[in-house]
Amino acid sequence: MSPRAANAPVPAATDPALIRNFCIIAHIDHGKSTLADRMLGITGVVSDRDMRAQYLDRMDIERERGITIKSQAVRMPWQVGDTSYALNMIDTPGHVDFSYEVSRSLAACEGAILLVDAAQGIEAQTLANLYLALENDLEIIPVLNKIDLPAAEPEKYARELADLIGGSPDDVLRVSGKTGVGVEELLDRVVERIPAPVGRADAPARAMIFDSVYDSYRGVVTYVRMVDGHLNPRERIQMMSTRATHEILEIGVSAPEPTPTRGLGVGEVGYLITGVKDVRQSKVGDTVTTASKPATEALAGYTEPLPMVFSGLYPIDGSDYPELREALDKLKLSDAALVYEPETSVALGFGFRCGFLGLLHLEIVTERLRREFDLDIIATAPSVIYEVTTEDRKTVTVTNPSEFPTGAKIAEVREPMVRAAILAPKDYVGTIMELCQSRRGSLLGMEYLGEDRVEIRYNMPLGEIVFDFFDQLKSKTAGYASLDYEPVGDQAADLVKVDILLQGEQVDAFSAIVHRDKAYAYGVLMTGRLRELIPRQQFEVPIQAAIGARIIARESIRAMRKDVLAKCYGGDITRKRKLLEKQKEGKKRMKMVGRVEVPQEAFIAALSGETEKKDAKK
Amino acid sequence: MAGPLPLGDPAPADGLLPASAADGATDRAFGVYVHVPFCRVRCGYCDFNTYTAGELRGVRQADYAGQAIDEIRMSRRVLEASGLPARTADTVFFGGGTPTMLPAGDLVRMLAAVRDEFGLVEGAEVTTEANPDSVDRDDLARLAEGGFTRVSFGMQSAVPHVLAALDRTHDPARVPLVVGWAREAGLDVSLDLIYGTPGESLDDWRRSLEAAISERPDHLSAYALIVEDGTKLARQIRRGELARPDDDLEADMYELADELLGTAGYDWYEVSNWATDAAFRSRHNLGYWRGDDWWGIGPGAHSHVGGVRWWNAKHPAAYAERLAAGISPAVGRETLDGPTRETERVLLLTRIREGIDIASLHAGGRHAVAGLIADGLVDAKAALAGGLTLTRSGRLLADAVVRRLLGDG
Repeated sequence: MSPRAANAPVPAATDPALIRNFCIIAHIDHGKSTLADRMLGITGVVSDRDMRAQYLDRMDIERERGITIKSQAVRMPWQVGDTSYALNMIDTPGHVDFSYEVSRSLAACEGAILLVDAAQGIEAQTLANLYLALENDLEIIPVLNKIDLPAAEPEKYARELADLIGGSPDDVLRVSGKTGVGVEELLDRVVERIPAPVGRADAPARAMIFDSVYDSYRGVVTYVRMVDGHLNPRERIQMMSTRATHEILEIGVSAPEPTPTRGLGVGEVGYLITGVKDVRQSKVGDTVTTASKPATEALAGYTEPLPMVFSGLYPIDGSDYPELREALDKLKLSDAALVYEPETSVALGFGFRCGFLGLLHLEIVTERLRREFDLDIIATAPSVIYEVTTEDRKTVTVTNPSEFPTGAKIAEVREPMVRAAILAPKDYVGTIMELCQSRRGSLLGMEYLGEDRVEIRYNMPLGEIVFDFFDQLKSKTAGYASLDYEPVGDQAADLVKVDILLQGEQVDAFSAIVHRDKAYAYGVLMTGRLRELIPRQQFEVPIQAAIGARIIARESIRAMRKDVLAKCYGGDITRKRKLLEKQKEGKKRMKMVGRVEVPQEAFIAALSGETEKKDAKK
Repeated sequence: MAGPLPLGDPAPADGLLPASAADGATDRAFGVYVHVPFCRVRCGYCDFNTYTAGELRGVRQADYAGQAIDEIRMSRRVLEASGLPARTADTVFFGGGTPTMLPAGDLVRMLAAVRDEFGLVEGAEVTTEANPDSVDRDDLARLAEGGFTRVSFGMQSAVPHVLAALDRTHDPARVPLVVGWAREAGLDVSLDLIYGTPGESLDDWRRSLEAAISERPDHLSAYALIVEDGTKLARQIRRGELARPDDDLEADMYELADELLGTAGYDWYEVSNWATDAAFRSRHNLGYWRGDDWWGIGPGAHSHVGGVRWWNAKHPAAYAERLAAGISPAVGRETLDGPTRETERVLLLTRIREGIDIASLHAGGRHAVAGLIADGLVDAKAALAGGLTLTRSGRLLADAVVRRLLGDG
């Protein structure tokens, strides 16, 4: 226990006036986790000995990337004057893909620490989350972190923050999560500035689920923020969206290890364990009430997570398909946003069409499949959701180019749009505008943020963003630009499906839905790549790119003319036969497209854009 | 005999063969191969089992004929003890290395040992390989007197820069001389050519072909250069000092060779071999492709008797030690099962003009023939008559044809 909190308030019996619920809004590497760790140390809930760097980020991938995927909550005691308070710090995901989870975390708080790197200034995603926090009427405490860094410019960025949220630059706290400087003042400021939660203790219980985590030993752990009433151990609860009821097996607070309590009361933050095994039974945003005396009205703001980006995931070794299925089934238990269904591809065999919240979500899932399940997988180019209407007035939802209607004439194709906000030093404005323009963006506005940074806002098709946009943005701005986007409906566009054909046979994995103006470039790119990657066959192989029946680009692989061992005498026979057996084995890894033998590696390399030279010899 | 020895089962110390090796032996011709593992210099492209004086670890070339004769005697005893019927040798072939590194007298002695142990059929084919600069008029006359009927000269090219790239030391002007001497001695003559050497143009190759044809040999072999792992040539290519032979250029060169040779009256009878008349086809080599039996004498030599293949210790020193100890020089063998023998039969017979009997193929192979005809790889007329004969482009893709006949593509 911290010397500064002599009589820590007891969970389930804490006066709401002594509770402060807050989160930290920060960009990926601005030091949120380090600061959180420092708070755990200073308040005494984690001893220095137990301190693991970035205690709150549990998954390996999170720790390596320095980003938080799943939020957690931790209760810390803190004393100001003679009064001991209970501070609930709710950790939020830092990435745009998880903005729904962010919004639920924010809804569980009354205030937010706006944490900005004193050497870098605010970033686009932070700005987006700040807008969200203000929308939720959260009290904002602006803080500059990493003031110990030689490159820190606290004056400059304090002015920037003051400009943004109002107030004086002097109100901006300066801390170092690393050294601990300023952290005690920050905790005092939290108590002083952030309003205590308000709720009706005698009303039917209502708690909002702001996170739901799968634990392989305990099943789903549901994190809730109590709004009204009280929840008790062994009580039957009801999920208001599904009406499903469960018994509470354990209720408690994180301190930061799960600590069972006698329940949770108004304004408190804690966890429930009911024995359910799938996070879908405990959905973020849903309202928990009691089965015996249910509330009539759910808390506002619940929505189902909607996948925005789709990609086919295939095992590189076809025999790993059952393992991939099992792995996805397991990931799904902890990832409510992941959806998938089986899919087959001529080029890649059996796999799954998966839906993701965004590109980072896709990356995290593929990375977890590799790392936690030891699976080698290939992901097809990401695609978004198109609404295609044919002239006979049928509308098809297309998440995979193969679903694009081919028979009927197309009347209209609608594509999802986003509003993208890019923050960058002003020197890069020209470059960024050029890039956005080339991606069919239309400029919405531009604003200076402080002296030398600019926020540029564009309306852009999401399909353009998922195709390599972020990498391009980073490489064209020396890594300085940051990006945030949010869906803003859809638009009709002149989109076509480009197919790639090998000797007249379509190779499904390479079909893409692109804007008509870019169809030719895509066709040239893919036919060129495949020409480099596919070994010569006994016959000439034309490679074509086509829109419907119209060929827009073509290449050809010349026929192989020589495949014979020149000398085959007595001593060569055994060796030759063994070579033949080896070729037979190699053949098993070949995919047949019509009569064309294509090594699996060629497909993979073409998809990933690695155009290493094919072997000249078999 | 390129590359390292294959992996197989250990061979027994007495060299005895399983009973199955005797099945059908009377229907198979029997030949003897004698390996001579010596060269004056090692050519950059060569990974054959051969040694220059400096690499011999105390083995004396002068002792070699005696050791080989020991193995020839042992071979007859082993065949007899394994229950094989006595068979007269149909062919004897001295290869290397450079057999003519040994005095003609040694070669004649080894041949005499074969004759003593097995006998030679009337009109037996007895060949030795020779480098143009390792034999003279006398040697050739003595070989002919000693029973040799045929000599195969390693001409390789008529173009000096190509010979230099191959590390061949002979003067191209020497070829007409040695061919003349061989003729004088009454020997049949074959010339070996190599194409696809780094730096060799299609015109260079044409010059070599024309030079070879102008000597009117009875037989010609033309081999695409194979870049073998572990050779100096492979290292030079890896380091970028020499260009890797280009498959398309080699295909052009093969087509040119077949064209010029055909016009000059040479017919192909195996992918890399041509002769003026069926009588001049190498009977010894045809034995390899037809699945006949042969005993390979010498270090690293391979043998085949009735579905058993084996190979001798590779280094001449190890070879000599085993023989001195009275144990078989064979160090590894494999006994082929039915499907493997069938694979080899298809793989070998497909290479030769007389081809494979289509009716003898399994159903998948027979089914593949129509596609091969459609792709222009197999001669339609021969196929209608029941035989599978490769077209010119089929010969260039012979390995692919074999894979298709074996039912996997």
